[in-house]
Amino acid sequence: MNLALLSSEIAIVVLAVLLICFDLFMPHRETRRSLGIVAACGVLAVLVHSFTQYGTVGTVYGDYFVVDHLALFFKQVFLTATLLTILFSFGYVEKFTQNKGEFYALLLFALLGMMIMASAHDLLTVFIGLEIMAVVFYVLVGFDLENIKSSEAGIKYLILGSASSAVLLYGISWIYGFTGSLLFKEVAANMAATPAILMGLGLIVAGFCFKLSIVPFHMWAPDVYEGAPTPITALLAMGSKAAAFAVLLRVFLVAFAGLKLYWAPVLSVLAALSMIVGIVVAIWQSGIKRMLAYSSVAQAGYILSGLLAANAAGVKGMLFYIVLYMVATVGAFAVVVAVEEHSGSDAIAAFSGLAQKSPLLALVMTISLISMAGIPPLAGFAGKLYLFIAIAAQGYLWLVVIGFVMSMISVYYYILVVKAMYTHPVQDDRVLTVNGPLKLVAMVSLLATLFIGIYPEPLAELANAAARALW
Amino acid sequence: MAGFPILTAILLTLVAGIVLLALLPRSANQAVKLMTAAVMSIALGLTLYVYKAYDAGVGGLQFVEQVPWIKELGVSYSLGVDGISLPLLLLTMLVGYASIFASWDVHERPKEFFIHLLLLIVGAVGTFISQDLFIFLLFYELGIVPSYLLVLGWGSEKRVSKEYAGMKLTIYLLLGSAFMLAGVVLLYLYALPEGLRSFNMAALAQAAGNVTEPVQIIAFFFLLLGFGSTLSMWPFYSWAPDGYAAAPTGVSMIHAGVLKKVGAYGLIRLGLLVLPAGVAFWAPFIALFAVANIVYAAFVAIAQQDLKYVVAYSSISHIGYILLGVAALNLISLDGAIANMVAHGLMSALFFAMIGLVEVKTKTRHIPDLGGLAHQLPRIAAGLMLAGMSSLGLPGLIGFVPEFTIFLGAFRTYPVYTLLAISGIVFTALYILRLLANVLFGPRKAEFDQCRDASGVEMVPLVVLGSVLVLFGVFPQWLMGMVNSGMEPAWAQLMQHLPAASALLGGVFQ
Repeated sequence: MNLALLSSEIAIVVLAVLLICFDLFMPHRETRRSLGIVAACGVLAVLVHSFTQYGTVGTVYGDYFVVDHLALFFKQVFLTATLLTILFSFGYVEKFTQNKGEFYALLLFALLGMMIMASAHDLLTVFIGLEIMAVVFYVLVGFDLENIKSSEAGIKYLILGSASSAVLLYGISWIYGFTGSLLFKEVAANMAATPAILMGLGLIVAGFCFKLSIVPFHMWAPDVYEGAPTPITALLAMGSKAAAFAVLLRVFLVAFAGLKLYWAPVLSVLAALSMIVGIVVAIWQSGIKRMLAYSSVAQAGYILSGLLAANAAGVKGMLFYIVLYMVATVGAFAVVVAVEEHSGSDAIAAFSGLAQKSPLLALVMTISLISMAGIPPLAGFAGKLYLFIAIAAQGYLWLVVIGFVMSMISVYYYILVVKAMYTHPVQDDRVLTVNGPLKLVAMVSLLATLFIGIYPEPLAELANAAARALW
Repeated sequence: MAGFPILTAILLTLVAGIVLLALLPRSANQAVKLMTAAVMSIALGLTLYVYKAYDAGVGGLQFVEQVPWIKELGVSYSLGVDGISLPLLLLTMLVGYASIFASWDVHERPKEFFIHLLLLIVGAVGTFISQDLFIFLLFYELGIVPSYLLVLGWGSEKRVSKEYAGMKLTIYLLLGSAFMLAGVVLLYLYALPEGLRSFNMAALAQAAGNVTEPVQIIAFFFLLLGFGSTLSMWPFYSWAPDGYAAAPTGVSMIHAGVLKKVGAYGLIRLGLLVLPAGVAFWAPFIALFAVANIVYAAFVAIAQQDLKYVVAYSSISHIGYILLGVAALNLISLDGAIANMVAHGLMSALFFAMIGLVEVKTKTRHIPDLGGLAHQLPRIAAGLMLAGMSSLGLPGLIGFVPEFTIFLGAFRTYPVYTLLAISGIVFTALYILRLLANVLFGPRKAEFDQCRDASGVEMVPLVVLGSVLVLFGVFPQWLMGMVNSGMEPAWAQLMQHLPAASALLGGVFQ
């Protein structure tokens, strides 16, 4: 067994445990910001280390845990997402009344769950990773005990999340029962389009669609996104979703590749529904977190559509899109955090006159939102182009047309935020102070969105290398 | 100067200008304007050099720059101009230059205003000089969000609120481009086999024959929806009058003068040259829409009371001539269509600039309130006369030759439509002459006696645009020769693909 392949996961566990110990031995009154800095440095180190793992491909624990370029790609996405989230949540965490230190440790455990999902090569490991991530998120969503909405969101997420896990597990048991294995490759080998297996597949689809907040399994998303502490909302949108996609790729393109005839039509309809419902319902939201929640439903639909191509080009498009969505989400939520800290509200009205108070934050928000809408020359456009070229080549032109049209409609509500920031009068005279790390995250997001949009080649190549690992 | 990337230099000058403006302090006012003017002067100078140095005798793409960009998709950073795009580049720079001076009286947040304005100009410049579809797309929508903010922040409210006008403009343009993008994806996938795929426009045009007819028809339809809404083709025009009326003067000038032409340019460059069978199928429809544009918009213009709405509908009406030139599908009419884009761009920009001045001086755009302005504002009156006469196609001004060329070419293909279109000139004369008579002539009105005539920087749009109107009117060959040098080789290439499709030509209506 090659332990080096597990080094990233081990490092994250050690780091998380260390943080808990530090927290125990630190006086109650002392700021927990130092723990955040330790966590950020640790995650950054693991991220740098992960680049050295390219080229070393192998499996651990038999075939149950695989480290290939695809897994590495996803782990880097998770590590980056967590790192950026930690950086822009320093100020936010200080507002919590208790357990501040555990916040960072819990974030790392969520990260661990995601990383396991990226490497999982059998249904049971998938489930373990998923549950590590999900249980941590149940806690984190309800972390803000002072805020009743946060607690409500935590309970809601716990109940619905557990139900969906149960559905998923039930599906897995059907598959195990009728193929005799949990390993993706063996499942694929014993595959037959029997009603029992299709039943299991359907349950698994439902379970994952919940995690991805794909319509019609998206109902939890707006409430949970709205109630959860904003950094957690960001991580839910980027990390949890990306992790579910990491699993989805292997499940559908390795284990159930033979049943494409059955799952492709279903997923294409679900993807189209997500785009339409997510974007249309977002129009009526007055809170920006709810709006971003619906927007994330739509974005999941876009990413999901890449799966329909069932080839390297489609997977490349998905991976590319996941990264640019992460970059845009980080930017948007960093600004939301700053505005929330300043005004205590996430209503779109709270963004009035932001361009006067902080031109940088207003610009970052604008660029992030417009990138999500997919307007050239920003990253979102390149991502949609990669995705849609891949699926149009497989004959899904109708989905491409829906996708483009809906993305342009989404500009309507994104631009309402832009309008509030740039043309509405400033609400009060208080100076908006932005702390350094948050500013850094905002700048990184801004530059990355512009860079990926104008020169997508480097990221596309990384995504391509990762996509080829599946075949 | 061989080898010097002059087109990139033009682009970078403008981008550098934007960065520079962004770094200026927020309270800067005059500095912002001077800086913008300087940047535009340099870019205009470079463009004039390119226009002069372009060898029309050789024709084809010149000043070509090519750097591989995204190898996997077949994208290259590829710039170049030919006789089709160079006049439009010149148009963009001239109108852009004039619009800076027409916006000299912006005192509210001038820094943001001029950054947004430069973004509009960069977007147009980029679309005209890029020879790669991907790069074209990067620039194509650059102006939309800035336009929205410009209308909202610095616009005016007359018939509709500026929120409404701005949102309408944004949604129309974006929805249109959604279909356009779908068309581009189709085009890209079907033109060349996997592995050889390319976004290079020349490569796509060469591969025009590979795309099967049904695909061409669908793809062209998508492109028509997209570019049609950008160039305010009937029935996708309704954003234009409200948008132009609500936008500040400089933005109306760029939108009506230049950004609309981006749609027409895209339709010719992508639709016509890459999808010959598609255009052959849709040409009769386009001709029909063109006549609807000309006649319907002219009628509506007659009924307008607001100066800006008259000119906005007039510009929609003129778009009909360009569309008719495209639909007629022959070399002469296409030459006319492209030349008319330039003519109409300069003319409508001058119109909007003068209307802006009239509004600044008299505080109204309502035609019944105005009258006898030639007494108090002779220079502005001269500008309006120039624009008006060019608009109704007076020989000796830029408007005449292109329009005449279009009719000449189109008459062979669509005699009935062409006659209807020519009748449009009568209506144009009606509303233009009525406008000029009601606003400029008649008895002197005492309430305008304190109005000072245009002077100083206010004269720049009039002098620049007016002199070009006359110059190209007196020497039409400077424009037509250039256009023809670009259209002729493109047409020759198109003819290789067109015979197969020519059976379809007008097939629906025969």
